[in-house]
Amino acid sequence: MREITYAEAIREAMSEEMRRDESVFFFGEDIGIYGGAFGVSVGMIDEFGAERVRDTPISEAAIIGAAAGAAVSGSRPIAEIQFSDFISIGMDQLGNQAAKMRYMFGGHAEVPMVVRAPAGSGTGAAAQHSQSQEAWYCHIPGLKVVIPSTPYDAKGLLKTSIRDNNPVVFLEQKLLYRKKGEVPEEEYTIPLGKADIKREGSDLTIVTWGRMVSMVLEVADALKDQFSIEVLDPRTLVPLDRDAIVTSAKKTGHVLVVHEAVQTGGYGGEIVATVADSEAFYYLDAPIKRLGGLDIPIPYNPELERNAVPTPEKIEQAIRDLMA
Amino acid sequence: MGELTEKQKAQALKTAQSLSKDKLHDMYTKMNHVRAFEDKVAYFFSRGMVHGTTHLYSGEEATAIGALANLDDDDLMTSTHRGHGHTIGKGIDLKKMMAELLGKETGYCRGKGGSMHIADLTRGNLGANGIVGGGIPIATGAGITLKLRNEGRVVVCFFGDGALNEGTFHESVNLASIWDLPVIYICENNQYGMSFSAKKSMNVDDLSVRAKAYGIPGVTVDGNDIFAVYEAVKKAKKHALKTGPYFIVSETYRFMGHSKSDANKYRSKEEIAEWKDRDPIPRMRAILVETGQFTDSELDAIEEQCKQDIEEAVKFAENSADPSVDSILDDVFAPSN
Ligand SMILES: Cc1ncc(C[n+]2csc(CCOP(=O)(O)OP(=O)(O)O)c2C)c(N)n1
Ligand SMILES: [Mg+2]
Repeated sequence: MREITYAEAIREAMSEEMRRDESVFFFGEDIGIYGGAFGVSVGMIDEFGAERVRDTPISEAAIIGAAAGAAVSGSRPIAEIQFSDFISIGMDQLGNQAAKMRYMFGGHAEVPMVVRAPAGSGTGAAAQHSQSQEAWYCHIPGLKVVIPSTPYDAKGLLKTSIRDNNPVVFLEQKLLYRKKGEVPEEEYTIPLGKADIKREGSDLTIVTWGRMVSMVLEVADALKDQFSIEVLDPRTLVPLDRDAIVTSAKKTGHVLVVHEAVQTGGYGGEIVATVADSEAFYYLDAPIKRLGGLDIPIPYNPELERNAVPTPEKIEQAIRDLMA
Repeated sequence: MGELTEKQKAQALKTAQSLSKDKLHDMYTKMNHVRAFEDKVAYFFSRGMVHGTTHLYSGEEATAIGALANLDDDDLMTSTHRGHGHTIGKGIDLKKMMAELLGKETGYCRGKGGSMHIADLTRGNLGANGIVGGGIPIATGAGITLKLRNEGRVVVCFFGDGALNEGTFHESVNLASIWDLPVIYICENNQYGMSFSAKKSMNVDDLSVRAKAYGIPGVTVDGNDIFAVYEAVKKAKKHALKTGPYFIVSETYRFMGHSKSDANKYRSKEEIAEWKDRDPIPRMRAILVETGQFTDSELDAIEEQCKQDIEEAVKFAENSADPSVDSILDDVFAPSN
């Protein structure tokens, strides 16, 4: 099968949906001739023109709020926020407006919008350009939250997100943009709320997402003679495929959650609770363990930055502790 | 094209003559420190020797140095992602600044902040900022402190043309206006917010008209003429202390790309060349020679010294240790009383 990058997969998903549906348009900072801060939208303005690929001023509150306004009035906007850290500037519009309109209005509104934004550390961009804040959005009823870990997932999930009739926060992973993976030429979509078993195993379930998936897979492969590790990527945190997690936990009896986001208050807690208050609890051979980022802002120095989040060494240690 | 107008030149000569040789020496040194610092950082990035990204100030030096020449050590300042010029203008230890860029323990932020977060609270530098428009409310709040203390100090708040379109600008300037805060808001209009030209992102040509909406004075200056910037901020400082906030738009241009990765697709070579013709450093130099306050060889010596100072800073930084990983949890919270 052909291989394309994560960034190309996202561009293809947007372009295909824009060809398919006139009501889809795309806006954000430097997405036109510049092609986006990470080159995701290179060339799109040439195909779709400046009406449907709109460069905006630096105004995140207006971008996110205008997406909600455009959505509730019949468009299907894709808004790009240059770094996910800046979503907080539009957080009122996202959390108080977009997310709540349908419910507040008694089910009489649809807000089909996608906010795409790159998340994660590892680029030397320090505290305000490196965060993983998915738990913030998961805590707001009315928002769907997607974090793809491969080009294949990115394309299929983004197409579904654009077609979804609700606000979706689509968190891309900076360090994956240039990573290649198999993506078929034929059209496909991936439903939201369906986890993917990235690796089958029988001793231990690791639930992980985003850029941590490939790191966990590497560790699992390296330890394959000692432990048979199952790696489960929920792909969408809201809706969450709880059944898949419970099923896997029952099978292996050991559960570790790994995420890059700060551990305290992180979504890992929700995964743990999902297992703990299900029948999988009776199948557990050890306490459920979490490995998240340290409770600190992301530091600049490369070695500190690397150590602020899970590393292959820390993941291996967590596995050994859990299996001991 | 690159010349000052006759009127501007006459004013520049007058301003230069009103300043002491020491003061001018300091200003010219800082202009050249910024340029040499940025050249060095650009070199590091081009060789992949520093990680992350950076936003260089080359071409815009006159705005920071001219403005901050009016400030005392205990006046306050907020800076931006493009902050190296402000930082040097406010007064800095170049060694600790370079060490921070290289992520070292001896850096201003002990290697935790990097280019976008350099701060020196001991000199009233409340920090660079990774968030466009993020410093504007901070400067405004600092203005409240100064107003409450009534010690005759001011805050200078730098931000770009792009930041004018963040809500923080509107909310902050209005607050400063109704509370008569001693804040000088300086918009560095380098004509672009990343790739988006100010002409496209706003439907006004003279950005200083925005001041009207808040009932405060607003002026536009040639930001590549250090003496024009100096005079504008001098006036603004008087106003800030007596009456309240002041808005200055400084027209300038960045010579380098927006950040480390920038193909400059959104602007022409001709435009860049035109602005390089108005380079603020040779412009300042010409005035200093014409007033007779400095000889060419004196100015050559300053330029040479500045390059050496940067080399010294690099040496210091390179010989400094990386922070220990054990320090990673330090400083999330201040100790409780
Ligand atoms: C809130 C926010 N939005 C977007 C960015 C990304 N970004 C960094 S600098 C920049 C352009 C800023 O333009 P301007 O304010 O004119 O300053 P300049 O870079 O021209 O000095 C952008 C879009 C950011 N850092 N913060
Ligand atoms: Mg600008």
